[in-house]
Amino acid sequence: MPYINQHTREIRCKIVYYGPGLGGKTTNLEYIHRRSAEEARGNLVSLTTAQDRTLYFDFMPLSLGKIRGYDAKFQLYTVPGQVVYEQSRKLILGNVDGVVFVADSQTARMDANLESLDSLRVNLAEQGKSLHTVPCVMQWNKRDLPRIATVEELSGLLNPHDLPEFEAVASEGTGVFDSLKAVAKRVLTKLKRGE
Amino acid sequence: MLGINHFILSESDAKAFEAIAHQLVAEALGKAAFILDQDGQILAASGELQGLDTTSLATLAAGNAAATGAMASILRERAFTTQYHEGQSSNIHMQLVGERVLLLVVFDHRSSLGLVRLRARRAEQKILDLLESMDLQSSDLPKGMPEITDEDIDRLFND
Repeated sequence: MPYINQHTREIRCKIVYYGPGLGGKTTNLEYIHRRSAEEARGNLVSLTTAQDRTLYFDFMPLSLGKIRGYDAKFQLYTVPGQVVYEQSRKLILGNVDGVVFVADSQTARMDANLESLDSLRVNLAEQGKSLHTVPCVMQWNKRDLPRIATVEELSGLLNPHDLPEFEAVASEGTGVFDSLKAVAKRVLTKLKRGE
Repeated sequence: MLGINHFILSESDAKAFEAIAHQLVAEALGKAAFILDQDGQILAASGELQGLDTTSLATLAAGNAAATGAMASILRERAFTTQYHEGQSSNIHMQLVGERVLLLVVFDHRSSLGLVRLRARRAEQKILDLLESMDLQSSDLPKGMPEITDEDIDRLFND
């Protein structure tokens, strides 16, 4: 649910990075944080386990600039990818404005991708939302690794709705900002229309 | 305006929330007070805010409240409405206001939990009254931001 503050002239939207464990969601945020101007970004907050896996969420605020005199701020969250943290994913997905689904391109991770996408569908449905109504983009991450599925295979398996999709190597930044810009643009377009 | 596709906080409502936060800090002898929505958006903040990462604090408070609400649900409680965190020099009192707003008071040795809770309950009623009046006015507010053009959005993403 975008938040518009007429007093401080701010628009704030919530983007959630969703996907299977170890798929690169946190790596996306770390790259965005590293490469954004200091004045545009806030702190990157990570709530992690002792093994440095995401326990609850990662969070960072990012200002994209002015639009009609309003500061367009995006609050970027990741969900924990491990299957056991389903309840946390539901909480973080609450009132989401846009989703980047970070899929792991490795063929061995296809079941995990499918399971995570199914969890996303179910958790959106609990809010009365779907992949049709919430702006969403697909990111095929880890394109630099051996034994990966082709883009056609990933599209066929994970993107039946023909959502915008991006190849990525999040550790190097490839595709990271393309995915963010695409989802942010769709969120603002939806806001403009009052949908 | 809460509870629809987007949430518009008007200039006058923002000032009304600020006045409540300001009065709460003064009367509770607190260091700072925050009025947040359930997603951690800051509706108002007052007090000693310099040097504080208020955005992260608000987000973590909202995450905390959401997790606490989920625990309540597992125990078949409607909600746990208050939380207290005690530190060596700072303490936090958190209170749910209705189902959509969170009140956070940071205080130190200059105040006490009893006083903070008392003043927070008074602020709670004022916030509920304000939320009610916002709901009544909500139909007068515009849907979306039709003044934004596609060109504005494109311009934002031009490198």
